[in-house]
Amino acid sequence: MTEQHDDVLVATGITKSFAHVRALRGVDLTLRRGKVHALVGDNGAGKSTLIKILSGALQPDSGEILMEGEPVDIASPETAQHLGIETVYQDLAVAEALDLGENIFLGRELLRRGLLGHFGFVDRPAMRERGMEQMQRLGTKVPSPSLPLESMSGGQKQAVAVARAAMWGGRVLILDEPAAALGVRQTAQVLNLVRRSAEESNQAVVFISHNVPQILEIADDITVLHQGRVCLRCAKADASVDLLVRAMSGALDSPADREGTE
Amino acid sequence: MSSELAVAKPRHRKFADMLTGSTGNGLILTVLIAMILVFTITSPAHRFLSAGNFTSILADTSQILLLAAGETFIMIAGGIDLSCGAFVVFSSVICAKLVAGLSATPEQASNLEFPHLALGLAAGIVGGVAAGAAWGWLNGWITVRWQVPPFIVTLGTLGMSLGAAQIITGGLNVPGIPPAFQETLGIGKIFGIPWIAVVAAIIVGILWLLLAQTRFGMRTYAIGSNSEAARRAGVNVPRQTIQLYCLMGFLAGIVGVLDVARFNTASIAAHTTDNLQAIAAAAIGGVSLYGGKGRMSGTIIGAFIPAVLHNGFILLGFEPYWQEVAVGAVLIIAVYFDQVRRRSTGSRVQAPDDDAGATTPNGNEVTHGSHAT
Ligand SMILES: Nc1ncnc2c1ncn2[C@@H]1O[C@H](COP(=O)(O)OP(=O)(O)OP(=O)(O)O)[C@@H](O)[C@H]1O
Ligand SMILES: [Mg+2]
Repeated sequence: MTEQHDDVLVATGITKSFAHVRALRGVDLTLRRGKVHALVGDNGAGKSTLIKILSGALQPDSGEILMEGEPVDIASPETAQHLGIETVYQDLAVAEALDLGENIFLGRELLRRGLLGHFGFVDRPAMRERGMEQMQRLGTKVPSPSLPLESMSGGQKQAVAVARAAMWGGRVLILDEPAAALGVRQTAQVLNLVRRSAEESNQAVVFISHNVPQILEIADDITVLHQGRVCLRCAKADASVDLLVRAMSGALDSPADREGTE
Repeated sequence: MSSELAVAKPRHRKFADMLTGSTGNGLILTVLIAMILVFTITSPAHRFLSAGNFTSILADTSQILLLAAGETFIMIAGGIDLSCGAFVVFSSVICAKLVAGLSATPEQASNLEFPHLALGLAAGIVGGVAAGAAWGWLNGWITVRWQVPPFIVTLGTLGMSLGAAQIITGGLNVPGIPPAFQETLGIGKIFGIPWIAVVAAIIVGILWLLLAQTRFGMRTYAIGSNSEAARRAGVNVPRQTIQLYCLMGFLAGIVGVLDVARFNTASIAAHTTDNLQAIAAAAIGGVSLYGGKGRMSGTIIGAFIPAVLHNGFILLGFEPYWQEVAVGAVLIIAVYFDQVRRRSTGSRVQAPDDDAGATTPNGNEVTHGSHAT
């Protein structure tokens, strides 16, 4: 894996304000190929905002994003898709009226062969079949793939959302609290998939979590945000439960300990 | 590790579902069939089922059905269109003006001579349909660009288009339409079926396929179900929203043209409740006002119920006003039952055991039903 750009995505000096809130005040983030990067922080620290910027859902007020060394402007979710960035959001964005296959292929629908496909006719059986294959790879059970997602449990919906992103995330897979709604077993499965995506598909994975033991278990790199700034950046080897908890609570948020901000 | 993955429905449930409608439009279809049976049995000499009566129901329903089909798309996408009836009037005025103005001079027309008939009709049809589509585009554009709720946007354009139609005509019906238009498209028949109904059936058939089978239809459900999810999945939600309102306007334009053909004039004062009738037809047929749910088959059934009631009551000698009372009641009851049904059978289906068995077995049975038929 000694390719030219092991740093798949490098963001520097990202700022973003909403009316009165300065959600991000100059954040740097580096995502490495084949590595899992945990993004940590208290509620309101700016994690989701940062991730929305990387996935094209929000535009930064300032800052620069490089992908494999090239400056990119992630103007929209479509742009992110084209760049190979896929996201699972905290506010579970699935279309509940659609079934499993339709959700996984929404925006990239499989069309029928021949003339009908030319007129935009979709191939639902194929989408269901491939959707189920993907779910099995994830190791998650779902009821019949022809049921709309509204009839599934929260964990099942989450699993569909993760399966969708893992299927399409070519270079970067972003997960905003992927295990928040899951039971013990399914959490393990999702984390397992996260690792597998990173190692086998060589994706750079960013992953938000509040669960410190979980982070220490699967992350290679860790970035802690506090009030819109990076207050700790370290490799797993250097991290401990105590250090992360102190960083998240802002105890490190003093110029002496802080690294990587102004 | 057993094949608990698929929750296949036992056979006997399917029949029950058909009646209660949890897999289709069973309930409302049952109501429609029951109405037809009752009216057939009770009407004098069973006239209800006669061919003549049947064609009259078809003709009555065609125009509302076209609007209801458009409303089905809009409502599934989570919107609503109050303006379609007014667009019908506007389009019919444009159509009538073009037909009357281009096919003959007033003197020629008063002698029933129409030297440029083909030109006039072509311009009238294209112009009328385009006028409707243009209004629909405006609805979509304002909804998307200014983020004004569609209820308000379409209420606004309802007034604007109706007012504009009055200004163009001075509030009078448009004279000078060549009778040939009415004799062919307007009241003409093919194999005993009114041309208007044939046109409506073809268009609604295409729209049915568009909704149930195509990417455009699938994305319409996605937008109404969770527009944010659709946007993040890469669906161009603003563009499709504009297309949906444009489609509605286009259909209103077609209805306007058919109206000129049917009544040989642009009837300025008609169609004031078409919008509500179209919304009611879709709602009776199971289209949700909250978006994401509904089928074209339901809307078709929903569109026929008012015409059947109207027609049946007249045959039975009731005052026709009773029809409006009955349709209102059917609307409320249909939506009520729909919600009851959703609360019971639509409740979540759990995988048998969320935490057991890591990997799913191969060879699981998968029920391939389509939810959009
Ligand atoms: N659309 C918005 N409009 C206004 N303020 C916003 C918006 N989105 C986020 N914020 C604010 O920006 C700050 C950072 O929010 P963000 O959602 O990024 O936090 P977070 O780290 O993801 O928190 P959590 O752990 O609760 O998910 C918060 O103060 C929040 O209120
Ligand atoms: Mg968040």
